[in-house]
Amino acid sequence: MLIWDLFKMALRSLVTHKLRTFLTALGIIIGVASVISMISIGEGARSQTQDTISKFGTNIITVKPGQKKSRHVTTGKVDTLTMDDADYIKTNISLITGVAAQVYRSAQLKFENKNTNTTVRGTGASYARLANFEMDRGRFFNDEEIRTARRVCVVGSTVLKNLFDNINPVGKTIKVNGKNFLVIGTTIPKGALSWFDPDDQIFIPVTTAQKRIFGMKHVQSIDVQAGRIEDLEIIIEDITRLLKQKHNILEGKEDDFYVQNSAQFLRSWGDSAKTFTYLLGGIAAISLMVGGIGIMNIMLVSVTERTREIGIRKALGAKKKEILEQFLIESVLISFLGGGIGILLGIAISRFVSDIGGWDTIVSTQSILMAFGFSVAIGIFFGFYPANKAANLNPIDALRYE
Amino acid sequence: MIEVESLSKVYHMGEQKVNALNEVEFCIAKGEFVAIMGPSGSGKSTLMNLLGCLDLPSSGNYRLEGMDIQNLNPNQLAEVRNRRIGFVFQNFNLLPRISALENTELPLIYGRVPKATEIALQALERVGLAQRANHRPTELSGGERQRVSIARALVNRPAIILADEPTGNLDSITGREIMKLFLELNQEGVTLILVTHEKDVAQQASRIIQMRDGKIISDKLNGVQPC
Repeated sequence: MLIWDLFKMALRSLVTHKLRTFLTALGIIIGVASVISMISIGEGARSQTQDTISKFGTNIITVKPGQKKSRHVTTGKVDTLTMDDADYIKTNISLITGVAAQVYRSAQLKFENKNTNTTVRGTGASYARLANFEMDRGRFFNDEEIRTARRVCVVGSTVLKNLFDNINPVGKTIKVNGKNFLVIGTTIPKGALSWFDPDDQIFIPVTTAQKRIFGMKHVQSIDVQAGRIEDLEIIIEDITRLLKQKHNILEGKEDDFYVQNSAQFLRSWGDSAKTFTYLLGGIAAISLMVGGIGIMNIMLVSVTERTREIGIRKALGAKKKEILEQFLIESVLISFLGGGIGILLGIAISRFVSDIGGWDTIVSTQSILMAFGFSVAIGIFFGFYPANKAANLNPIDALRYE
Repeated sequence: MIEVESLSKVYHMGEQKVNALNEVEFCIAKGEFVAIMGPSGSGKSTLMNLLGCLDLPSSGNYRLEGMDIQNLNPNQLAEVRNRRIGFVFQNFNLLPRISALENTELPLIYGRVPKATEIALQALERVGLAQRANHRPTELSGGERQRVSIARALVNRPAIILADEPTGNLDSITGREIMKLFLELNQEGVTLILVTHEKDVAQQASRIIQMRDGKIISDKLNGVQPC
């Protein structure tokens, strides 16, 4: 079989020049390894964030005061929502399984001789369930404690570490902005996001927060839990209609509140993470391209160096196509080799990054296939010009070449 | 077997035209042993390139076994070189990194001939080198290398063997052995065309063609009748 003979010839020539073959393949190795490891880091970051966000529940609808102008800009008054609104939603909207109004501020905590700054979140009894907080020790506060605005608090795990050195704080008293609070429970850690640590906060009854610490009448957000994800759209519509009515907002006027859902946020975050992954992959693809140019360079040198060999082969009856194939097989073999080693190296790098750097990395079959296919395509693309040059040599000139 | 009619080859060197071969005519019958002689620049290399189907004439006809070579495309020329012509070069032109056997196999591989190894081994046996089949050319002496290239030329049972100064790079004893091999092959019926400077080498041929300035100046018999 001729193609097998051509393959053997190509392989022999690569084996003869081991160092050169390796150095040529190195460009592809680095390219493929970086494509795979970069994409694995990007994918890992995306899925980690997605996991963490979905821990907060995608069935939560958040009502906030003011108007949302774009993803990051909110304008308008900040005191348009009240506990009344929360109760109104709770009693008038079906299909929901929980409502929790919230106020939150940064405040100073003091326990014995230790200080820490953290977020104090005043909220309802159902918040723990809505936000997927599970109790580690003790209990969450109840409706009775909210009605009577008791000074009790539940401590997040980061605060527990910073303020209590992880000793059991239940039954201890801490000072929040100078006022005594009884610790009644701690929560199980949820894990930090890059911009926000949900465990770095304490929870107190919303009424206590409004009346006794922050001195405000309004609430900063109302979380509403939908019974089923499918009902999200209807519930959002209902809330909007209901609050418009209650706030006497006339037709054509802007609302003094807005409604958002974590699923939307998840989607937009997923989009930017994807862009990030493509960017990393794109940069890595450039190095793959450079590797391809390396192959072309070496193959051109090789063709010149082997002009005489080409002449001999042509004199013995090798056709243009057969010379072309021989050199093309060589460059594809190089990129094949580079692709194979690159995949292993890429997997090793992403393992290393996740072991040492503690980042999640995901090596997807898709990225492996893509990088490998791309490297072979590069072998063909950049190998074609030198191979074609070899195939087109005039046998007489080639035979005479010294 | 070979018919050449008013064969010319013109090279263009910039503005200048060089008539490397000028209206050459001759024919060679099957089984002949022809020596082509002439000083350098006489056109004998050009003639060999044309006869070997490595190049096409500027004008004239070259018929090999009834085929009009000047009408063939490069792929067809490659096929003719592969199946009908065997080359023996002054500097052997063996591929250095593969064994004698693999060198001998090459024409069979390009000709897609089955059982290439077997046939190549037989050819090496014919030139007396079977025991060195697995050596690389660099491990062989000059005479042995030339034997390998003769085996390679023989292996496809070509119509003619073209030898370009086959003894030029060999000492006289080895050269004589190679000539002996050529004579044997000729007696077995192989048609041989040999280019040489050396008179005593040419004397062993049955016919001597002398060239000068792209023309044949004499075509003498050494026994056998030309066609």
